[in-house]
Amino acid sequence: MTDVTEIWVYLSRAPLLWLTATLGAYAVGDALFRAAGRAPIVNPVMIAVTLLSALLWLTGTSYQSYFEGAQFVHFLLGPATVCLAFPLYENLPRVRKAWLPILAALLAGSLTAVLSAVGIGYALGVRGEVLASLSAKSTTAPVAIGIAEKIGGSPTLTAVLVIMTGIIGAVIATPLLNALGLKDGRARGFAVGVAAHGIGTARALQVNPTAGAFAGLGMGLNAVLTAFIAPLILKFFM
Amino acid sequence: MIHALLVILTAQLTGEALSRALSLPVPGPVLGIVLLVLALRLVPRLADLIRPLATGILGHLSLLFVPAGVGVVGHLSALGSQGPAIFLALIVSTALAMAAGALVFAGVARLTGNVDD
Repeated sequence: MTDVTEIWVYLSRAPLLWLTATLGAYAVGDALFRAAGRAPIVNPVMIAVTLLSALLWLTGTSYQSYFEGAQFVHFLLGPATVCLAFPLYENLPRVRKAWLPILAALLAGSLTAVLSAVGIGYALGVRGEVLASLSAKSTTAPVAIGIAEKIGGSPTLTAVLVIMTGIIGAVIATPLLNALGLKDGRARGFAVGVAAHGIGTARALQVNPTAGAFAGLGMGLNAVLTAFIAPLILKFFM
Repeated sequence: MIHALLVILTAQLTGEALSRALSLPVPGPVLGIVLLVLALRLVPRLADLIRPLATGILGHLSLLFVPAGVGVVGHLSALGSQGPAIFLALIVSTALAMAAGALVFAGVARLTGNVDD
């Protein structure tokens, strides 16, 4: 009879185990999200991440071996980002019509994101590499890492801050925008994309395709603008 | 589905190549969005081809952030003693940026009579 540990050793080396675990953890998170009446605080990403982290810790699995399985999910981020072209295309007439509010909201949102992150961080005693990593926290991860590397930030820390920002944004979006009395789905979606990149966009898509289209647009435009303004703003604090 | 995937991957690949070749500050997939919108404008037939795959993937976009999220947990200690300060800055700044963006969008839309239909 084969020992259970032998089976475990075999399975834990194969990508299948952690790929299945990733989908399973997300399925649990999604089921809880639905059971909670789609309450934004019950964020499926946060639940899945917590479950998987606990599982990795309990089984003494390294992130590297986990990622061998999870990379298949991770890889799809690129193609999925490209798919945002579809809701954008379907909403193109509305986007054209709203070019002025889009431009104004982009400037306001991007500037506020960088200025307030760096300003609050500085006021609380954050300096140097960490402050530089904070500056692009609202930008989509690959761009944020690129910006941070140019201005003396740490790529790893930047990735951590970007993901945390996305989850925070996805959790606070609905209650915050409701409290502000905003009903325009274009304004809501766009602002969520600017402030909380792809994770915010994923949240906006859960609400409706128009909000999702404007969120994807906000994410893309914010990435470009932040690449230009983050180094300029950071100069005032260094 | 294979053809839809081919269209999407081609857009991404072209985006990645352009981004590298011209050292643009925009990542390949974001450039891929622009390219795919252009392709859809030129060949509207493509929309029906990619609709099922695009809506399927985008419906579970948040799943795709899980592996990166798990990686983050292992690096939380990198925040060190500054953790609470950083966390506060992230929450307040994200809320401010979101509020500023949404209020300005809605305000300018109202001023210019740009209502949604």
